Amino acid sequence: MTAGAQRAAAAPVGFAAFVRRHWPWPAAVVAALLLPWFFFDWSTHRHSGFVLTMLSEIALMAVFALSFNMQMGQAGLLSFGHAILFGLGGYVTAHTLNAVKAGGLWLPTELVPLAGGLGGLVFGALFGYVATKQRATAFAMITLGLGELVAACALMFTGFFGGEGGISTDRVIDTSLFGVPYTSSWQVYCLVVAWAVIAALLMRLQTQTPLGRMANATRDNFERVQFVGYDPRMVRFYQFTLSGFFAGIGGALYVLVYEIVTFDTVAAAKSATALLATYIGGAGSFFGPVVGTVVVVLLQSGVSLLSNAWLLYVGVLFIVMVMYAPGGLMGIVAEHAPIARIGRLGDLVVPYIRILVPGLLSALGFVLLVELASFTTIGAAQGKAFKIGPHVVDPHSPLAWVLGAAALLGGGRWLRLESRAFRTRWDALIADAKAKGAML
Amino acid sequence: MEVFLVSLLNGLVYGMLLFMLASGLTLILSMMGVLNFAHASAYMLGAYFAFTISQHIGFWPALVLAPLLCGLVGAAIEMYGLRRVHRNGHIAELLFTFGLALIIEKVVQMTWGLLPVPYRVPESLDFPLLTVYGTQFPAYRAFMLLISALMFGAIWLGLTRTRVGLVIQAALSHPEMVGALGHNVPRVFTTVFAAGTALAGLAGVIGGNYQVTEPAMAFSMGPIVFVVVVFGGLGSLTGCFIASLLMGMIQTFAVVIDYSLADLLARFGLAVSSATPFHEVLTVPLSRIGALLPYILLVLILVFRPRGLMGTREA
Repeated sequence: MTAGAQRAAAAPVGFAAFVRRHWPWPAAVVAALLLPWFFFDWSTHRHSGFVLTMLSEIALMAVFALSFNMQMGQAGLLSFGHAILFGLGGYVTAHTLNAVKAGGLWLPTELVPLAGGLGGLVFGALFGYVATKQRATAFAMITLGLGELVAACALMFTGFFGGEGGISTDRVIDTSLFGVPYTSSWQVYCLVVAWAVIAALLMRLQTQTPLGRMANATRDNFERVQFVGYDPRMVRFYQFTLSGFFAGIGGALYVLVYEIVTFDTVAAAKSATALLATYIGGAGSFFGPVVGTVVVVLLQSGVSLLSNAWLLYVGVLFIVMVMYAPGGLMGIVAEHAPIARIGRLGDLVVPYIRILVPGLLSALGFVLLVELASFTTIGAAQGKAFKIGPHVVDPHSPLAWVLGAAALLGGGRWLRLESRAFRTRWDALIADAKAKGAML
Repeated sequence: MEVFLVSLLNGLVYGMLLFMLASGLTLILSMMGVLNFAHASAYMLGAYFAFTISQHIGFWPALVLAPLLCGLVGAAIEMYGLRRVHRNGHIAELLFTFGLALIIEKVVQMTWGLLPVPYRVPESLDFPLLTVYGTQFPAYRAFMLLISALMFGAIWLGLTRTRVGLVIQAALSHPEMVGALGHNVPRVFTTVFAAGTALAGLAGVIGGNYQVTEPAMAFSMGPIVFVVVVFGGLGSLTGCFIASLLMGMIQTFAVVIDYSLADLLARFGLAVSSATPFHEVLTVPLSRIGALLPYILLVLILVFRPRGLMGTREA
């Protein structure tokens, strides 16, 4: 009996166990539907457009990142051109919407994302046939080439891609199954959330299918998969194509939210966003990409209002994750499981506070330095002043630079000392968990 | 004939520039298995360093100092970053350099601004060297050719005639065996990484004022260099050299050829009008498709001949 089967046999059955296993799903839906109401303007009876757009962006990018992780996490295929499936799904959706609007086609608004999904599926099969001939680094480079190719084509062939202006469309096509006009962004938001949940659920179920399991096997040991009698290339191909379907749904949701699709959606930067989000959240866990997307989109929409350097922060976060926590944020959480099982999570509170203080100090120093640098060049060019609260900071004042550097270096030094103490404490707790048989 | 000769010279210049970038990358890739995304960032850093240095003390010191600075940056990246990530496998290393490329681009934007900087050809080299059929060939391009040819010679001699070069060559194919023979393989790795980065920096110094010095130059150059490396084949400098020149030629010649598929079909008596399916694809002139050619090549090579032109191993 394998460890997994043993655990499954030992796990209690019934409603409580079901809830304990799957609580993130209803929690995510409830959060998605409740959050906008905290920003609801009761005097004008309107939702905050900024919050709704941001939450829609999180939902659709989460679908995109999850579909990316179908390749990256599930099958070990690192793609640098995943956005072409997302973007092409978007273009297909835009053309479909325009065709429905013109009367040449009938499709309920609620099913429009399926058009994008099918577009993604077809292009996924096409590109997947080429890309999945290789794996590992060669696969990464093929997808890089395909990504650049499609991005260049998007600017070259204006008939399908619309050139620099992209393809504009109108989501109000009056074909709703439920009589919803989709004129307000709240209605669209509900549709986006519904489709995001459906897509995520399907992707979750896909991990349990024989194909999903074989994708894991080709990731871990593709030679052995061949010995067992499978063709790893076909496994990669099916996985790639299916992931194209879900990326296409993500692209379709993008079109429904923004009513335009431009070549940005197929560009390398979009692919990079999925990669960054997946790795920051954790490629090894199903919900990792979702967590990463929340972090990246919050930084993107929130921090970009205040700072020019949000992409730098995302990049640094990404590098820190790659270097120190390859499992991402979810991996860090998962490492606490054995300690939680022996009920000694409380012992970590004080050590955590002790590394949090120098950690925050050095992070603040880093942010101060970055912002100072950014305000001497980009900020100056935009005519903005660097303000902390009511105080205007002169980016050329040596005091601010010295303070930033001191906080970064001093905090870093202090953090090193504290993290050594933390490590000792952590190792002791893990050893205890091992002794009590709480490691799985 | 006139267009042909001018394009040939320009293709040669561009090809040699590509070779400076690709030779370092191919050494790093075939030796350490790291597809270094930050390689083109070193090219960009070289150009920006040279811009700043040449503003203060002139172009000639910059020609030496900027590549050295890039080499130092490269050594630091290898020792404090890549070595640590190495334990987590090749994909982690790839992702690390990818993140690094993003960060370097942002840092460059924050230090030198979003707009291109006025990094110009030094005055002492800013004159037409010779006239080819009425078109002037600038002396600076000849200087670029000279530098890259000198560098090619230096690499070739260094790799084949010196002891260090032999160790590097051996470590290319059998790193474990070289380690077993008592050579410090990590130090060889650091040396190669730093030297490769310095070369990319040198390419930046002489390429930055030939092209445009701007924050996007790394991400526009990076994929082309990958194509060259894959095309040339892993572990082969000669293959890399041929691939660089070919790529330089393809890119410069494609720009001047104004034919499209429709013209080809017209020869066989097939007229393409706006009613023909895919007429947009058929009527695009080759000069515009030129930008796509490297990527088409990249995909085709990786699919059909992963060893590349003269590679000893599969990519």
